[in-house]
Amino acid sequence: MSGKRISFFGDGIPYHNLADLTGKLIVIEGTDGVGRSTQIEDLKKWLEVKGFGVMTTGWTRSPLIGKTIEKAKAGHGLNINTFNLLYAADLADRLEHQIIPALKSGFVVLADRYIYTAFARAVVRGADRAWIREVFGFAIAPDAVFYMKIGIGDLVPRVINSQTLNQRYLDEGAGEGMDYWESGMDLRLGEDFYDSFVEYQKRVLEEFDLMTGEFIFRTVDASKSFEEVNRNLKEGILTVIENG
Amino acid sequence: MVRSFNRAHPYPGKLIIVEGIDGSGKSTQLQLLQKWLINSGYKVFFTEWNSSALVNDTIKRGKKKNLLTPTTFSILHATDFGDRLAHLIIPPLKAGMIVLADRYIYTAFSRDVVRGVHPEWVRNLYGFAIRPDIAFYFNVPVDISLQRILSGRPTLKFHEAGMDLGLSEDREESFVLFQGRILEEYERLAQEYGLTVIDATLPIEKQQAMMRDIVRERLKEFRPAPFLKRAEAVYVR
Repeated sequence: MSGKRISFFGDGIPYHNLADLTGKLIVIEGTDGVGRSTQIEDLKKWLEVKGFGVMTTGWTRSPLIGKTIEKAKAGHGLNINTFNLLYAADLADRLEHQIIPALKSGFVVLADRYIYTAFARAVVRGADRAWIREVFGFAIAPDAVFYMKIGIGDLVPRVINSQTLNQRYLDEGAGEGMDYWESGMDLRLGEDFYDSFVEYQKRVLEEFDLMTGEFIFRTVDASKSFEEVNRNLKEGILTVIENG
Repeated sequence: MVRSFNRAHPYPGKLIIVEGIDGSGKSTQLQLLQKWLINSGYKVFFTEWNSSALVNDTIKRGKKKNLLTPTTFSILHATDFGDRLAHLIIPPLKAGMIVLADRYIYTAFSRDVVRGVHPEWVRNLYGFAIRPDIAFYFNVPVDISLQRILSGRPTLKFHEAGMDLGLSEDREESFVLFQGRILEEYERLAQEYGLTVIDATLPIEKQQAMMRDIVRERLKEFRPAPFLKRAEAVYVR
């Protein structure tokens, strides 16, 4: 791994120098329930066996903001601006405390979701496309974005299978089957969770498709089996790491 | 993109804000203005920077444990503002009230830039903010603001002294350097956004008289609380 030219996505963070970042930032994107986390778990082990230092980071996992977001989502006080800004604070915190230090030490950072999730969710909720992109202008442009693409027809049975639905329903503190936010219930798109989920995810997927050209996503067909998706991701990641 | 703080807001109420460095006397002046407005028969609502229920605790915890970076500090304050704008500022404005805000977006534009974030980035962050009807800026030299703060309590707070920037080991010295830079930013902002500058070294009652003259002039056409008579005025978009 060498020949880095890491840059900020937008205006950037003036007090951070990116010249000495030698690692790789690899993003796995895709909508809710598409299977990102399972893939990332496997990819981490695979890369470590190959001898790479690997750090994973995921959406809303910031020690500073993660709990605040959870609490805010449990209530009904979030509006479109605070919803988007809390996500931005979460990423900024992880970027400065986890991602940049790891990249400085030469790690491969696997990010479970990145700014594109924020863009899709914000735009579907009515935010201005240019505004939300500038808000995340502090982010580092990743070395590669793998977009796990799935159609709504293949997505629904993955989310509504007995294991997932039961687990979530019985989960302490959750008390629900389909997730309120993953179903876009705040947008009142349908009569119930199912209708709203389908309509909301359709819109999110449309937004992801629009971004495929804007940001050069490497698309992986996520409707295929775990093994096939896994193979495709590994091939792609190898070329990113080897071609530095 | 559209920065809505660059054009007049559509609500029937009036938004009056005060800005200035710590110890400029802006809060005292706003309180005096509030008493006068209420006494004159206006319906008044007061809100303060960094006081939202949503992220107040997070900011406090972050400050205490020194977890905040200039970027997260900035985004969290914008979140605080976004929450108060939706819940505390726009509803009273729609109802035709006068909203008084102690500090507004210009606090972020000066302070956060001094802490090191990009000036255009932070302006975009607050792109959803609305423009105040009157924005007062209380201009005071750093040494006077320092004297005022230290006459009220024994020591300076960590963040108001800008200790997180590592400008100096000495709190007072750090305060002078940090607040001095903020003053420079405020001067730029007063130009950029046409803030009404008040000389904050004048006697309190003199400043207040000037403020009231300006507010009186600007409220000449304003009819308080139209929601009592015309419900449709509330639904201006």
